[in-house]
Amino acid sequence: MENPLTSERTPLKLNTVGLSKKDYDGAPSTLCKGCGHNSISSQIVQVGYELNLRPHELIKLSGIGCSSKSPAYFLGMSHGFNALHGRMPSVATGALLANHTLKAIGVSGDGDTGSIGMGQFKHLMRRNVRMVYIVENNGVYGLTKGQFSATAEEGLELKYAGHNEFPPIDLCMEAIVAGCGFVARSFAGDAKQVRELLKAALSFRGTALLDIISPCVTFNNEDDSPKSYGYGTKHEKPLHELGFIPYAEEIQIAPMEPGELRTVRLHDGSLISLRNLDSDYDPTHKLAALERLQRAQETGEFITGLIYYNPDRPSLAEVEELHTPLAQLPPEQLRPGRESLEAFLQAYR
Amino acid sequence: MSVLERQQEAGYATRSPVINDFSLVVATANGTGSQTANLTLLRSFFKLGIPVHGKNIFPSNIQGLPTWYHIRVSHKGYIARKTSEILVAFNPATAAEDVRELPAGGVCVYNADLKNLPQRDDLIYYPVPVNELIAGVEVPVKRKPYIANMAYVGVLAWMLALPLEVVEEALGAQFGYRQKLIESNLQVVRRAHEWATQNLRKQDPYRLEPMNKTEGLIIMTGNEAGALGAVFGGVSVAAWYPITPSTSFMDALREFLPKLRKDPGGHPTYAVIQAEDELAAAGIVMGAGWAGARALTATSGPGISLMAEFVSYGYFAEIPAVIWDIQRVGPSTGLPTRTSQGDVSFAYTLGHGDTKHPVLFPSSIEECFEFGWKSLDLAEQLQTPVFVLSDLDLGMNNWMGRPFDYPDRPLERGKVLDAAQLEALGGFARYKDVDGDGIPYRTLPGTPHPLAAYFTRGSGHNEQAQYSERAQDYERLMARLAHKFTTARSLVPEPAVELHPSAKVGIIAYGTTRYAIEEARDRLARQLPTSFLRLRALPMGQAVREFVAAHERVYVIELNRDGQLHSILQNEMPEYAARLFSVAHLDGLPLTAEWVQKRLLQEEARLR
Repeated sequence: MENPLTSERTPLKLNTVGLSKKDYDGAPSTLCKGCGHNSISSQIVQVGYELNLRPHELIKLSGIGCSSKSPAYFLGMSHGFNALHGRMPSVATGALLANHTLKAIGVSGDGDTGSIGMGQFKHLMRRNVRMVYIVENNGVYGLTKGQFSATAEEGLELKYAGHNEFPPIDLCMEAIVAGCGFVARSFAGDAKQVRELLKAALSFRGTALLDIISPCVTFNNEDDSPKSYGYGTKHEKPLHELGFIPYAEEIQIAPMEPGELRTVRLHDGSLISLRNLDSDYDPTHKLAALERLQRAQETGEFITGLIYYNPDRPSLAEVEELHTPLAQLPPEQLRPGRESLEAFLQAYR
Repeated sequence: MSVLERQQEAGYATRSPVINDFSLVVATANGTGSQTANLTLLRSFFKLGIPVHGKNIFPSNIQGLPTWYHIRVSHKGYIARKTSEILVAFNPATAAEDVRELPAGGVCVYNADLKNLPQRDDLIYYPVPVNELIAGVEVPVKRKPYIANMAYVGVLAWMLALPLEVVEEALGAQFGYRQKLIESNLQVVRRAHEWATQNLRKQDPYRLEPMNKTEGLIIMTGNEAGALGAVFGGVSVAAWYPITPSTSFMDALREFLPKLRKDPGGHPTYAVIQAEDELAAAGIVMGAGWAGARALTATSGPGISLMAEFVSYGYFAEIPAVIWDIQRVGPSTGLPTRTSQGDVSFAYTLGHGDTKHPVLFPSSIEECFEFGWKSLDLAEQLQTPVFVLSDLDLGMNNWMGRPFDYPDRPLERGKVLDAAQLEALGGFARYKDVDGDGIPYRTLPGTPHPLAAYFTRGSGHNEQAQYSERAQDYERLMARLAHKFTTARSLVPEPAVELHPSAKVGIIAYGTTRYAIEEARDRLARQLPTSFLRLRALPMGQAVREFVAAHERVYVIELNRDGQLHSILQNEMPEYAARLFSVAHLDGLPLTAEWVQKRLLQEEARLR
């Protein structure tokens, strides 16, 4: 069968399933230029190509928000489901019960996961549904023009939202506590680390959380606070009144060494501190992982890398003892025979 | 004065016998184990061959609050709720009121320990010395209160001439093979029966005689029947959050699936998930339906409220799903353990924006089974959420019925394209009306073809499933969805119509109100002959319009305050709106024939 997407591009290099990197693209992004989310989409495309994924064997899902729009912008030959705000986990659970042989990438944001979807997020982890769950975390509500999300720093000042009175929710900690066995944090601009984590996450037996710091180019601030998402003085008006969103490049950083502390300058000149985990860090201890996250929060750093790893818990499909995908069962396995109805009703006579 | 002397003085023995035609109510406190005794009575009457039905009127409570179990016995086959002539007074908290409610000539079988029981001259009293009867019965202390209820079973058996071997058989059905339990219970029944024979004299006219009207029938709850229907309808993913009165639907499903649905290798062909709330239950069902499973959830009114966002999504993105709503009394938490038909208009148009959904109305265990599998077919045929509106009365109570008919057609999986079809067609447009019925084609995730994928979204989309805010795209999509709903009119179950050749008056109803209505129609046969259309689904089809057209006045009888179906029908048939009249009522209890009869005559007097 001729592949309509590759047939006219003979010079392109094909992977072992006969697809070029372009075949893993989606529709053109409608997010702001320079948005960290676009960097993550690019890495998903790259990883799909490098892992020789068959696009039809994967589904992509999301909730609502800027991040949740992004599944339209990668893996155009995979089925996609842009769900309701905070409800992607339940949809993914259902879809992967119907066909547990599918791979799945879910994309969510800090509002979608940390606020409206917190319950479903934690129950997804608890059930260990086999999928990659990416949070594109920028600490701010972009589509509704710059309110705090639940992951924003305590004490943060934003021009639109004011002063943040409440402590941040650390989604990695929440995931660990809920029973997730693959918990990683990264930075959208660290292409190599994002790719490596994505590849590992795709082969994990249960839910794999990637909490990826993904700077918002439009609703940022210009002070030097450790986590400097915010609201720029140049762009104080709500987005729908903005006549001009300045063009920005996606931030990319060189790969980090183990244990390295790197300060990265964001679009507005603010700084973020990333700390790559030490090479001798042991991610298999739950309490140590929680402690490490707590310490990082106290010092204003974001540790990046695989923070917690435990492959021992069975996935939901394993718990349910699923065999043939439920969506592919033949009619005779879905409807018992006439005689079994008659026999069953005997007990009710 | 001894009990016997007092009864002789009352002198009711001269009344002519009333055979196989009475209603009795057992008043106990919740959590005292009376359900076993009550079901033993129900099964005994059933095994005697007499049409019977039991209704549990119970509290939202685990222990202590009052509960009443009504049993109607009728040689004519009437099973609607009716004022009870026989009371079993075993609850000190309600005994006074229970006794007051008995009609003149009624019977009060009471726990002899009850203090201050009102003494009425126009009643017959039979005491049950419970403590005396259970003394010495070998049973763990914990189980004493449970077997105590068997004492009234024994006295009733004496009173009604119910053979003890039938009670034994019924107990066997209750306890299965647990011989010890059967024995200890039976011992109390026998003692009570013996005590009554020696110490009481029959004064009342009520008694049982064997018949053959239950031969070949089964007894089951509506929730069990619906779950069994779903098992034979190929349900493969079910998700729910516990809520009365739907919980027993999922309990039954989880009991039946392992028995009936394993593949040749012994693997389950289903998955059932207890969700964290109804939002997630609906989300799991949507995800599963989208990916090609046959998915359902069961809930009640408060759960339906939470599911609104996903039902709106499912309508717009066109995802098959089945939602059983076992209706209870709202608004809000309402009366959680009382029955109603209060979710009709809410379910029919659930969701923000312009949304409407097929709604099925089962009225019997046979229809619960039938709609159990048909709803899964309809959801996939129409690619949309389908509601099945049962109610607490049907769902949680035991009903007689014919053994269920095996589905008369293969599973209907709807318009799903596989890789070969995609190859032949050269691709597809997910939301395009190819066949003119408003129903588009879909593909399932995992379909091995580069043109199989599409992007599902709750936001505006064009025929190719691409994001679109274009006015024309939106309007065309919504018009097609409306057209699809017109197609649904011919696919949902037809109404059951009984035309009376000379009737000027018609009745439209749905669900379990049919029993009170059928009885009332018989009573009114000479005075006010009526035709009857029992609606089995929305959207309504041509048959409903024709029925209304053929009658001068049509009463829409339902168990809610505002006449919800009445409003829907007036909207659907504005040309006949003036001949549709609402007869609606809701107090949490099932309708009675008396009420229906009275209200119809009142309305007729007013309108004619």
